[in-house]
Amino acid sequence: MNRRAMRRFVSRFMVGLMVLAVVIAVLPLLLILGSLLLRGAGARSPAFFVSSPAPVGMPGGGVLHAIVGTLMIVGMASLAGIPLGIAAGFYCSEYNGTRLASVTRFVADVLNGTPSIVVGVFAWTWVVRAQGHYSATAGAVALAVLMLPMVMRTTEELLKLVPVSLREAALALGYSRWRTSLVVVLRTALPGIVTGSLLSVARIAGETAPLLFTVLGSQYLSFDVDRPMAALPLVVYQYAIGPYPAWHRLAWTSALVLILVVLVLSIAARIVTRQRFGRRD
Amino acid sequence: MSPARRATLAPRAPEAPADGPAVEARDFSFWYGKAKTLHEISIALPRRAVTAIIGPSGCGKSTFLRSVNRMNDLVVDSRVAGELLVEGRPVYGAGIDLVAHRQKVGMVFQRPNPFPKSVYANVAYGPALNALVPRRDLPDLVERCLRRAALWEEVKDRLDQPATGLSGGQQQRLCIARALANEPTILLMDEPCSALDPIATQRIEELIVELKRDYTIVIVTHNMQQAARVADLTGFFDAGRLVEFGDTDQIFTAPKHERTEAYITGRFG
Repeated sequence: MNRRAMRRFVSRFMVGLMVLAVVIAVLPLLLILGSLLLRGAGARSPAFFVSSPAPVGMPGGGVLHAIVGTLMIVGMASLAGIPLGIAAGFYCSEYNGTRLASVTRFVADVLNGTPSIVVGVFAWTWVVRAQGHYSATAGAVALAVLMLPMVMRTTEELLKLVPVSLREAALALGYSRWRTSLVVVLRTALPGIVTGSLLSVARIAGETAPLLFTVLGSQYLSFDVDRPMAALPLVVYQYAIGPYPAWHRLAWTSALVLILVVLVLSIAARIVTRQRFGRRD
Repeated sequence: MSPARRATLAPRAPEAPADGPAVEARDFSFWYGKAKTLHEISIALPRRAVTAIIGPSGCGKSTFLRSVNRMNDLVVDSRVAGELLVEGRPVYGAGIDLVAHRQKVGMVFQRPNPFPKSVYANVAYGPALNALVPRRDLPDLVERCLRRAALWEEVKDRLDQPATGLSGGQQQRLCIARALANEPTILLMDEPCSALDPIATQRIEELIVELKRDYTIVIVTHNMQQAARVADLTGFFDAGRLVEFGDTDQIFTAPKHERTEAYITGRFG
Protein backbone atom coordinates (compact mmCIF):
# COMPACT_ATOMS: atom_id res chain seq x y z
CA MET A 1 0.00 0.00 0.00
CA ASN A 2 1.44 3.33 -0.93
CA ARG A 3 1.34 6.34 1.37
CA ARG A 4 -1.69 7.94 -0.15
CA ALA A 5 -3.81 4.82 0.02
CA MET A 6 -2.66 4.32 3.59
CA ARG A 7 -3.70 7.83 4.52
CA ARG A 8 -7.06 7.37 2.88
CA PHE A 9 -7.56 4.15 4.79
CA VAL A 10 -6.63 5.73 8.13
CA SER A 11 -8.92 8.67 7.43
CA ARG A 12 -11.88 6.41 6.66
CA PHE A 13 -11.14 4.25 9.66
CA MET A 14 -11.16 7.27 11.97
CA VAL A 15 -14.38 8.64 10.50
CA GLY A 16 -15.86 5.18 10.96
CA LEU A 17 -14.87 5.19 14.62
CA MET A 18 -16.50 8.56 15.13
CA VAL A 19 -19.72 7.46 13.46
CA LEU A 20 -19.71 4.44 15.74
CA ALA A 21 -19.26 6.66 18.77
CA VAL A 22 -22.20 8.80 17.70
CA VAL A 23 -24.38 5.72 17.26
CA ILE A 24 -23.43 4.43 20.70
CA ALA A 25 -24.15 7.83 22.20
CA VAL A 26 -27.55 8.18 20.58
CA LEU A 27 -28.65 4.57 20.99
CA PRO A 28 -29.73 4.78 24.66
CA LEU A 29 -31.77 7.87 23.90
CA LEU A 30 -33.52 6.17 20.99
CA LEU A 31 -34.14 3.07 23.09
CA ILE A 32 -35.64 5.10 25.90
CA LEU A 33 -37.88 7.09 23.59
CA GLY A 34 -38.82 3.98 21.65
CA SER A 35 -39.83 1.90 24.67
CA LEU A 36 -41.68 4.86 26.20
CA LEU A 37 -43.66 5.29 23.02
CA LEU A 38 -44.32 1.57 22.68
CA ARG A 39 -45.36 0.95 26.24
CA GLY A 40 -46.66 4.34 27.26
CA ALA A 41 -48.67 5.50 24.28
CA GLY A 42 -50.70 2.31 23.88
CA ALA A 43 -54.44 2.84 24.09
CA ARG A 44 -54.45 6.00 26.12
CA SER A 45 -57.50 8.15 25.84
CA PRO A 46 -57.42 11.92 26.17
CA ALA A 47 -59.00 11.33 29.54
CA PHE A 48 -55.59 10.39 30.80
CA PHE A 49 -54.45 13.94 30.51
CA VAL A 50 -57.54 15.60 31.87
CA SER A 51 -58.55 13.43 34.78
CA SER A 52 -57.15 12.61 38.17
CA PRO A 53 -56.38 9.07 39.28
CA ALA A 54 -59.16 6.59 39.76
CA PRO A 55 -59.40 4.85 43.11
CA VAL A 56 -57.23 1.76 43.49
CA GLY A 57 -58.58 -1.19 41.54
CA MET A 58 -60.77 0.94 39.31
CA PRO A 59 -59.94 1.22 35.63
CA GLY A 60 -59.18 4.51 33.93
CA GLY A 61 -58.00 7.60 35.66
CA GLY A 62 -55.24 9.95 34.62
CA VAL A 63 -52.33 12.02 35.76
CA LEU A 64 -53.73 15.50 35.41
CA HIS A 65 -52.92 16.12 39.06
CA ALA A 66 -49.28 15.29 38.44
CA ILE A 67 -49.03 17.37 35.25
CA VAL A 68 -50.46 20.36 37.09
CA GLY A 69 -48.21 19.66 40.06
CA THR A 70 -45.05 19.43 38.01
CA LEU A 71 -45.87 22.59 36.09
CA MET A 72 -46.58 24.50 39.29
CA ILE A 73 -43.56 23.27 41.23
CA VAL A 74 -41.19 23.73 38.31
CA GLY A 75 -42.77 27.10 37.56
CA MET A 76 -42.19 28.32 41.10
CA ALA A 77 -38.65 26.99 41.12
CA SER A 78 -37.92 28.72 37.80
CA LEU A 79 -39.40 31.99 38.96
CA ALA A 80 -36.88 32.02 41.80
CA GLY A 81 -33.94 30.16 40.28
CA ILE A 82 -33.67 31.73 36.83
CA PRO A 83 -33.60 35.44 37.76
CA LEU A 84 -31.27 34.77 40.68
CA GLY A 85 -29.01 32.59 38.55
CA ILE A 86 -28.86 35.11 35.71
CA ALA A 87 -28.17 37.96 38.12
CA ALA A 88 -25.40 36.04 39.86
CA GLY A 89 -23.86 34.91 36.56
CA PHE A 90 -24.06 38.48 35.31
CA TYR A 91 -22.23 39.70 38.38
CA CYS A 92 -19.50 37.06 38.06
CA SER A 93 -18.92 37.91 34.42
CA GLU A 94 -19.09 41.72 34.66
CA TYR A 95 -17.18 41.95 37.92
CA ASN A 96 -14.82 39.15 37.08
CA GLY A 97 -11.76 39.31 39.28
CA THR A 98 -13.46 40.57 42.39
CA ARG A 99 -13.23 38.37 45.45
CA LEU A 100 -16.97 37.99 45.69
CA ALA A 101 -17.11 36.77 42.10
CA SER A 102 -14.54 34.03 42.60
CA VAL A 103 -16.12 32.90 45.87
CA THR A 104 -19.55 32.81 44.23
CA ARG A 105 -18.17 30.85 41.29
CA PHE A 106 -16.53 28.33 43.60
CA VAL A 107 -19.69 27.87 45.65
CA ALA A 108 -21.71 27.43 42.48
CA ASP A 109 -19.35 24.74 41.23
CA VAL A 110 -19.61 22.88 44.53
CA LEU A 111 -23.39 23.23 44.47
CA ASN A 112 -23.46 21.99 40.89
CA GLY A 113 -21.77 18.81 41.97
CA THR A 114 -24.01 18.27 44.99
CA PRO A 115 -26.27 15.21 44.63
CA SER A 116 -29.88 16.25 44.30
CA ILE A 117 -30.93 14.12 47.24
CA VAL A 118 -28.68 16.20 49.47
CA VAL A 119 -30.45 19.30 48.24
CA GLY A 120 -33.71 17.53 49.05
CA VAL A 121 -32.53 16.89 52.60
CA PHE A 122 -31.54 20.53 52.83
CA ALA A 123 -35.01 21.65 51.78
CA TRP A 124 -36.54 19.16 54.19
CA THR A 125 -34.49 20.55 57.07
CA TRP A 126 -35.00 24.22 56.37
CA VAL A 127 -38.46 24.35 54.84
CA VAL A 128 -40.46 21.21 55.66
CA ARG A 129 -39.30 21.03 59.27
CA ALA A 130 -39.65 24.75 59.74
CA GLN A 131 -43.18 24.75 58.31
CA GLY A 132 -44.08 21.55 60.07
CA HIS A 133 -45.55 19.90 56.95
CA TYR A 134 -44.76 18.85 53.40
CA SER A 135 -45.56 21.36 50.71
CA ALA A 136 -45.14 22.18 47.04
CA THR A 137 -43.19 25.27 48.07
CA ALA A 138 -40.58 23.15 49.79
CA GLY A 139 -40.11 21.15 46.58
CA ALA A 140 -39.83 24.34 44.58
CA VAL A 141 -37.13 25.58 46.96
CA ALA A 142 -35.15 22.37 46.46
CA LEU A 143 -35.46 22.57 42.69
CA ALA A 144 -34.57 26.27 42.66
CA VAL A 145 -31.39 25.52 44.59
CA LEU A 146 -30.56 22.86 42.01
CA MET A 147 -31.17 25.26 39.13
CA LEU A 148 -29.29 28.18 40.53
CA PRO A 149 -25.71 27.04 39.83
CA MET A 150 -26.65 25.66 36.41
CA VAL A 151 -28.25 28.90 35.26
CA MET A 152 -25.51 30.96 36.86
CA ARG A 153 -22.60 29.19 35.23
CA THR A 154 -24.22 29.07 31.78
CA THR A 155 -25.04 32.77 32.00
CA GLU A 156 -21.50 33.61 33.00
CA GLU A 157 -19.92 31.55 30.23
CA LEU A 158 -22.25 32.98 27.60
CA LEU A 159 -21.64 36.55 28.71
CA LYS A 160 -17.92 35.97 28.47
CA LEU A 161 -18.38 34.92 24.85
CA VAL A 162 -19.70 38.35 23.88
CA PRO A 163 -16.82 39.99 22.00
CA VAL A 164 -15.05 42.91 23.65
CA SER A 165 -15.46 44.82 20.39
CA LEU A 166 -19.22 45.01 20.93
CA ARG A 167 -18.71 46.38 24.39
CA GLU A 168 -16.33 48.99 22.97
CA ALA A 169 -18.78 49.89 20.23
CA ALA A 170 -21.47 50.63 22.79
CA LEU A 171 -19.18 52.55 25.11
CA ALA A 172 -17.91 54.62 22.19
CA LEU A 173 -21.50 55.59 21.41
CA GLY A 174 -21.86 57.02 24.87
CA TYR A 175 -23.42 54.09 26.66
CA SER A 176 -22.70 54.03 30.35
CA ARG A 177 -21.14 50.89 31.71
CA TRP A 178 -24.27 49.38 33.24
CA ARG A 179 -26.25 50.21 30.13
CA THR A 180 -23.63 48.59 27.94
CA SER A 181 -23.74 45.50 30.12
CA LEU A 182 -27.48 45.34 30.11
CA VAL A 183 -28.48 46.47 26.64
CA VAL A 184 -25.60 45.16 24.56
CA VAL A 185 -23.84 42.37 26.42
CA LEU A 186 -26.84 40.75 28.06
CA ARG A 187 -29.02 41.28 25.00
CA THR A 188 -26.44 39.64 22.74
CA ALA A 189 -26.10 36.64 25.01
CA LEU A 190 -29.83 36.42 25.70
CA PRO A 191 -30.79 33.64 23.26
CA GLY A 192 -28.09 31.43 24.75
CA ILE A 193 -29.09 32.32 28.29
CA VAL A 194 -32.73 31.52 27.60
CA THR A 195 -31.75 28.21 26.05
CA GLY A 196 -29.52 27.42 29.03
CA SER A 197 -32.27 28.35 31.46
CA LEU A 198 -34.81 26.16 29.69
CA LEU A 199 -32.38 23.28 29.65
CA SER A 200 -32.04 23.62 33.38
CA VAL A 201 -35.84 23.73 33.66
CA ALA A 202 -35.95 20.50 31.68
CA ARG A 203 -33.32 19.02 33.96
CA ILE A 204 -35.11 19.81 37.20
CA ALA A 205 -38.52 18.82 35.80
CA GLY A 206 -37.35 15.23 35.89
CA GLU A 207 -35.75 15.38 39.34
CA THR A 208 -37.31 12.87 41.72
CA ALA A 209 -35.08 12.65 44.77
CA PRO A 210 -35.48 16.23 46.04
CA LEU A 211 -39.26 15.92 45.73
CA LEU A 212 -39.53 12.73 47.80
CA PHE A 213 -39.32 14.42 51.15
CA THR A 214 -40.53 17.86 50.21
CA VAL A 215 -43.73 17.73 48.14
CA LEU A 216 -44.41 14.12 49.16
CA GLY A 217 -46.93 13.44 46.38
CA SER A 218 -50.69 13.37 46.36
CA GLN A 219 -53.57 11.51 44.77
CA TYR A 220 -55.61 14.62 44.22
CA LEU A 221 -55.58 17.59 41.95
CA SER A 222 -54.42 20.49 44.07
CA PHE A 223 -53.49 24.09 43.50
CA ASP A 224 -52.53 24.79 47.08
CA VAL A 225 -48.79 25.36 47.15
CA ASP A 226 -48.78 25.05 50.91
CA ARG A 227 -49.90 21.40 50.76
CA PRO A 228 -48.35 18.22 49.40
CA MET A 229 -48.73 18.02 45.66
CA ALA A 230 -48.36 15.40 42.96
CA ALA A 231 -45.53 15.58 40.45
CA LEU A 232 -44.84 13.48 37.37
CA PRO A 233 -41.52 11.98 38.53
CA LEU A 234 -43.15 10.98 41.83
CA VAL A 235 -46.08 9.42 40.01
CA VAL A 236 -43.71 7.44 37.83
CA TYR A 237 -41.86 6.30 40.92
CA GLN A 238 -44.95 5.38 42.91
CA TYR A 239 -46.72 3.61 40.08
CA ALA A 240 -43.60 1.80 38.94
CA ILE A 241 -42.95 0.22 42.35
CA GLY A 242 -46.64 -0.57 42.86
CA PRO A 243 -47.95 -4.13 42.64
CA TYR A 244 -50.59 -3.75 39.91
CA PRO A 245 -49.96 -4.11 36.16
CA ALA A 246 -52.40 -1.27 35.57
CA TRP A 247 -50.15 0.96 37.71
CA HIS A 248 -47.14 -0.06 35.69
CA ARG A 249 -48.89 1.03 32.53
CA LEU A 250 -49.73 4.32 34.22
CA ALA A 251 -46.06 4.69 35.13
CA TRP A 252 -45.00 4.22 31.53
CA THR A 253 -47.49 6.73 30.29
CA SER A 254 -46.53 9.21 32.99
CA ALA A 255 -42.93 8.87 31.97
CA LEU A 256 -43.91 9.57 28.39
CA VAL A 257 -45.87 12.63 29.51
CA LEU A 258 -42.86 13.84 31.47
CA ILE A 259 -40.68 13.56 28.38
CA LEU A 260 -43.33 15.36 26.35
CA VAL A 261 -43.47 18.20 28.88
CA VAL A 262 -39.72 18.59 28.59
CA LEU A 263 -39.94 18.41 24.80
CA VAL A 264 -42.64 21.08 24.68
CA LEU A 265 -40.47 23.29 26.89
CA SER A 266 -37.48 22.87 24.61
CA ILE A 267 -39.48 23.60 21.48
CA ALA A 268 -41.01 26.63 23.14
CA ALA A 269 -37.50 27.81 23.96
CA ARG A 270 -36.50 27.52 20.32
CA ILE A 271 -39.47 29.51 19.16
CA VAL A 272 -39.10 32.20 21.79
CA THR A 273 -35.41 32.75 21.17
CA ARG A 274 -35.42 32.51 17.40
CA GLN A 275 -33.38 35.49 16.24
CA ARG A 276 -35.71 38.07 14.87
CA PHE A 277 -34.77 41.35 13.36
CA GLY A 278 -37.41 43.99 13.19
CA ARG A 279 -36.88 47.64 12.35
CA ARG A 280 -37.01 48.46 16.02
CA ASP A 281 -34.94 45.56 17.25
CA MET B 1 -31.82 73.22 17.57
CA SER B 2 -33.62 74.16 14.38
CA PRO B 3 -34.91 71.55 11.92
CA ALA B 4 -32.87 73.16 9.16
CA ARG B 5 -29.63 72.42 10.94
CA ARG B 6 -30.73 68.87 11.55
CA ALA B 7 -31.36 68.37 7.89
CA THR B 8 -27.78 69.03 6.95
CA LEU B 9 -26.51 66.71 9.65
CA ALA B 10 -23.80 69.16 10.47
CA PRO B 11 -21.98 68.70 13.75
CA ARG B 12 -23.37 70.56 16.71
CA ALA B 13 -21.95 73.97 17.33
CA PRO B 14 -18.97 73.52 19.62
CA GLU B 15 -19.09 75.43 22.86
CA ALA B 16 -15.40 76.22 22.88
CA PRO B 17 -13.94 78.80 20.50
CA ALA B 18 -14.48 77.42 17.04
CA ASP B 19 -10.95 78.18 15.93
CA GLY B 20 -9.12 76.37 18.72
CA PRO B 21 -7.70 72.92 18.10
CA ALA B 22 -10.15 70.01 18.19
CA VAL B 23 -7.78 67.83 20.16
CA GLU B 24 -4.81 69.14 22.07
CA ALA B 25 -2.33 67.22 24.18
CA ARG B 26 0.11 68.94 26.51
CA ASP B 27 2.82 66.74 27.95
CA PHE B 28 0.34 63.90 27.93
CA SER B 29 1.68 60.60 29.27
CA PHE B 30 0.01 57.25 29.67
CA TRP B 31 0.86 54.14 31.67
CA TYR B 32 -0.51 50.62 31.48
CA GLY B 33 0.43 49.46 34.94
CA LYS B 34 4.13 50.19 35.19
CA ALA B 35 4.74 50.40 31.45
CA LYS B 36 4.78 53.97 30.18
CA THR B 37 3.29 53.79 26.70
CA LEU B 38 3.03 57.50 25.94
CA HIS B 39 5.84 59.94 26.80
CA GLU B 40 4.91 63.60 27.18
CA ILE B 41 2.97 63.96 23.94
CA SER B 42 2.28 67.52 22.89
CA ILE B 43 0.23 67.94 19.75
CA ALA B 44 -2.65 70.07 18.49
CA LEU B 45 -5.03 68.70 15.89
CA PRO B 46 -6.96 71.30 13.90
CA ARG B 47 -10.69 71.15 13.30
CA ARG B 48 -12.24 69.91 10.08
CA ALA B 49 -9.07 68.29 8.89
CA VAL B 50 -7.83 64.74 8.65
CA THR B 51 -4.88 63.96 10.85
CA ALA B 52 -3.13 60.65 10.33
CA ILE B 53 -1.11 59.02 13.07
CA ILE B 54 1.48 56.62 11.78
CA GLY B 55 4.20 54.59 13.40
CA PRO B 56 5.38 51.05 13.97
CA SER B 57 3.33 48.55 16.00
CA GLY B 58 3.38 49.25 19.69
CA CYS B 59 4.43 52.88 19.24
CA GLY B 60 1.43 54.10 21.22
CA LYS B 61 -0.63 55.51 18.37
CA SER B 62 -3.72 53.49 19.26
CA THR B 63 -3.27 54.28 22.92
CA PHE B 64 -3.24 57.97 22.06
CA LEU B 65 -6.35 57.66 19.90
CA ARG B 66 -8.18 55.68 22.56
CA SER B 67 -7.28 58.27 25.18
CA VAL B 68 -9.20 60.91 23.28
CA ASN B 69 -12.56 59.24 24.02
CA ARG B 70 -11.24 57.42 27.07
CA MET B 71 -11.75 53.93 25.72
CA ASN B 72 -8.66 53.02 27.71
CA ASP B 73 -10.80 53.22 30.83
CA LEU B 74 -11.65 49.58 30.14
CA VAL B 75 -8.07 48.69 30.96
CA VAL B 76 -7.61 48.33 34.67
CA ASP B 77 -4.54 49.91 36.18
CA SER B 78 -4.06 52.64 33.59
CA ARG B 79 -2.81 56.07 34.59
CA VAL B 80 -2.33 59.40 32.84
CA ALA B 81 -0.37 62.58 33.39
CA GLY B 82 -0.33 65.90 31.60
CA GLU B 83 -3.29 67.37 29.81
CA LEU B 84 -5.53 66.19 27.03
CA LEU B 85 -8.11 68.66 25.77
CA VAL B 86 -10.96 68.07 23.39
CA GLU B 87 -12.41 71.33 22.14
CA GLY B 88 -10.87 73.03 25.12
CA ARG B 89 -12.23 70.68 27.78
CA PRO B 90 -9.92 68.41 29.75
CA VAL B 91 -10.78 64.80 28.86
CA TYR B 92 -9.37 63.44 32.10
CA GLY B 93 -10.76 66.30 34.16
CA ALA B 94 -12.88 65.55 37.19
CA GLY B 95 -16.04 67.14 35.85
CA ILE B 96 -16.24 65.40 32.50
CA ASP B 97 -19.48 63.71 31.49
CA LEU B 98 -18.19 60.61 29.71
CA VAL B 99 -21.49 59.87 28.03
CA ALA B 100 -21.72 63.34 26.53
CA HIS B 101 -18.04 63.28 25.68
CA ARG B 102 -18.23 60.00 23.80
CA GLN B 103 -21.29 61.23 21.98
CA LYS B 104 -19.22 64.13 20.63
CA VAL B 105 -16.22 61.96 19.87
CA GLY B 106 -17.27 59.10 17.61
CA MET B 107 -15.09 56.10 17.04
CA VAL B 108 -14.64 53.56 14.26
CA PHE B 109 -12.71 50.46 15.17
CA GLN B 110 -10.20 48.27 13.42
CA ARG B 111 -12.62 45.44 12.84
CA PRO B 112 -16.17 46.32 11.88
CA ASN B 113 -18.20 45.71 15.03
CA PRO B 114 -21.88 46.14 14.20
CA PHE B 115 -24.31 45.08 16.90
CA PRO B 116 -26.00 41.77 16.13
CA LYS B 117 -29.16 43.63 15.25
CA SER B 118 -30.77 45.01 12.13
CA VAL B 119 -29.05 47.54 9.90
CA TYR B 120 -31.58 50.14 10.98
CA ALA B 121 -31.18 49.45 14.69
CA ASN B 122 -27.42 49.78 14.45
CA VAL B 123 -27.65 53.35 13.20
CA ALA B 124 -30.57 54.29 15.43
CA TYR B 125 -28.81 53.02 18.56
CA GLY B 126 -26.83 56.11 19.50
CA PRO B 127 -29.37 58.83 18.73
CA ALA B 128 -32.11 56.83 20.44
CA LEU B 129 -29.98 56.51 23.55
CA ASN B 130 -28.87 60.11 23.64
CA ALA B 131 -32.35 61.31 22.65
CA LEU B 132 -30.86 63.49 19.93
CA VAL B 133 -34.03 63.63 17.88
CA PRO B 134 -37.68 62.85 18.57
CA ARG B 135 -38.42 59.20 18.01
CA ARG B 136 -40.51 59.82 14.91
CA ASP B 137 -37.55 61.55 13.22
CA LEU B 138 -35.27 58.57 13.72
CA PRO B 139 -36.01 57.00 10.31
CA ASP B 140 -34.96 60.24 8.57
CA LEU B 141 -31.81 60.48 10.63
CA VAL B 142 -30.94 56.87 9.89
CA GLU B 143 -31.40 57.47 6.17
CA ARG B 144 -29.27 60.63 6.22
CA CYS B 145 -26.47 58.90 8.08
CA LEU B 146 -26.52 55.90 5.77
CA ARG B 147 -26.41 58.25 2.78
CA ARG B 148 -23.58 60.15 4.35
CA ALA B 149 -21.68 56.90 4.81
CA ALA B 150 -22.35 56.06 1.14
CA LEU B 151 -24.25 52.95 2.15
CA TRP B 152 -27.88 53.89 1.65
CA GLU B 153 -28.27 52.61 -1.90
CA GLU B 154 -26.87 49.23 -0.90
CA VAL B 155 -28.96 48.67 2.22
CA LYS B 156 -32.17 50.63 1.73
CA ASP B 157 -34.09 47.45 0.92
CA ARG B 158 -32.64 45.45 3.77
CA LEU B 159 -32.86 47.77 6.76
CA ASP B 160 -34.64 45.04 8.70
CA GLN B 161 -32.00 42.45 8.06
CA PRO B 162 -29.15 41.56 10.37
CA ALA B 163 -26.17 43.87 10.01
CA THR B 164 -23.88 40.90 10.38
CA GLY B 165 -25.04 39.74 6.95
CA LEU B 166 -23.37 42.70 5.22
CA SER B 167 -19.93 42.45 3.68
CA GLY B 168 -16.91 43.63 5.66
CA GLY B 169 -16.68 46.93 3.79
CA GLN B 170 -20.40 47.54 4.17
CA GLN B 171 -20.21 46.72 7.86
CA GLN B 172 -17.43 49.25 8.32
CA ARG B 173 -19.43 51.94 6.52
CA LEU B 174 -22.37 50.98 8.72
CA CYS B 175 -20.14 51.55 11.74
CA ILE B 176 -19.26 54.97 10.34
CA ALA B 177 -22.95 55.72 9.83
CA ARG B 178 -23.59 54.59 13.39
CA ALA B 179 -20.93 56.98 14.65
CA LEU B 180 -22.28 59.86 12.52
CA ALA B 181 -25.80 59.31 13.83
CA ASN B 182 -24.59 60.46 17.22
CA GLU B 183 -23.78 63.84 15.66
CA PRO B 184 -20.19 63.92 16.80
CA THR B 185 -17.74 66.68 15.96
CA ILE B 186 -14.71 64.43 16.05
CA LEU B 187 -14.33 61.01 14.46
CA LEU B 188 -11.60 58.67 15.68
CA MET B 189 -10.63 55.87 13.33
CA ASP B 190 -8.41 53.08 14.53
CA GLU B 191 -7.01 51.42 11.40
CA PRO B 192 -10.46 51.39 9.85
CA CYS B 193 -9.37 49.64 6.67
CA SER B 194 -6.99 47.02 7.95
CA ALA B 195 -9.64 44.30 7.74
CA LEU B 196 -10.90 45.37 4.31
CA ASP B 197 -10.01 44.62 0.72
CA PRO B 198 -8.57 47.36 -1.56
CA ILE B 199 -11.92 48.31 -3.13
CA ALA B 200 -13.66 48.65 0.21
CA THR B 201 -10.62 50.56 1.46
CA GLN B 202 -10.89 52.99 -1.42
CA ARG B 203 -14.56 53.65 -0.65
CA ILE B 204 -13.77 54.35 3.01
CA GLU B 205 -10.94 56.69 2.02
CA GLU B 206 -13.20 58.64 -0.32
CA LEU B 207 -15.66 58.86 2.51
CA ILE B 208 -13.02 60.21 4.91
CA VAL B 209 -12.06 62.95 2.47
CA GLU B 210 -15.72 63.79 1.99
CA LEU B 211 -16.46 63.83 5.72
CA LYS B 212 -13.64 66.14 6.71
CA ARG B 213 -15.65 69.14 5.51
CA ASP B 214 -17.80 68.71 8.59
CA TYR B 215 -15.82 66.60 11.00
CA THR B 216 -12.42 66.51 12.60
CA ILE B 217 -10.99 63.14 11.74
CA VAL B 218 -8.11 61.40 13.45
CA ILE B 219 -7.03 58.20 11.76
CA VAL B 220 -4.48 55.70 12.97
CA THR B 221 -3.07 53.73 10.10
CA HIS B 222 -0.36 51.25 9.31
CA ASN B 223 -0.69 52.05 5.67
CA MET B 224 1.53 54.98 4.74
CA GLN B 225 0.02 55.37 1.30
CA GLN B 226 -3.30 55.72 3.01
CA ALA B 227 -2.00 58.46 5.28
CA ALA B 228 -0.53 60.23 2.25
CA ARG B 229 -3.84 59.94 0.36
CA VAL B 230 -6.32 61.08 2.98
CA ALA B 231 -4.53 63.13 5.61
CA ASP B 232 -3.87 66.87 5.73
CA LEU B 233 -1.55 66.44 8.67
CA THR B 234 0.50 63.50 9.77
CA GLY B 235 2.06 62.67 13.10
CA PHE B 236 4.77 60.06 13.43
CA PHE B 237 4.89 58.16 16.70
CA ASP B 238 7.77 55.97 17.75
CA ALA B 239 8.28 54.18 21.06
CA GLY B 240 5.59 56.21 22.77
CA ARG B 241 6.92 59.58 21.62
CA LEU B 242 5.69 61.98 19.00
CA VAL B 243 8.73 62.24 16.75
CA GLU B 244 7.39 64.55 14.12
CA PHE B 245 4.15 66.29 13.27
CA GLY B 246 3.40 68.42 10.26
CA ASP B 247 1.78 68.73 6.86
CA THR B 248 1.41 65.32 5.25
CA ASP B 249 3.33 66.50 2.17
CA GLN B 250 6.22 67.66 4.25
CA ILE B 251 6.33 64.49 6.38
CA PHE B 252 6.40 62.27 3.32
CA THR B 253 8.63 64.36 1.06
CA ALA B 254 10.93 66.21 3.43
CA PRO B 255 10.88 64.62 6.88
CA LYS B 256 12.93 66.55 9.39
CA HIS B 257 13.84 63.57 11.52
CA GLU B 258 16.02 60.70 10.51
CA ARG B 259 13.72 58.26 12.28
CA THR B 260 10.68 59.48 10.34
CA GLU B 261 12.53 59.15 7.08
CA ALA B 262 13.69 55.65 7.98
CA TYR B 263 10.10 54.64 8.76
CA ILE B 264 8.40 56.10 5.73
CA THR B 265 11.01 54.72 3.39
CA GLY B 266 10.43 51.31 4.89
CA ARG B 267 13.73 50.80 6.59
CA PHE B 268 11.98 49.67 9.79
CA GLY B 269 8.53 49.13 11.19
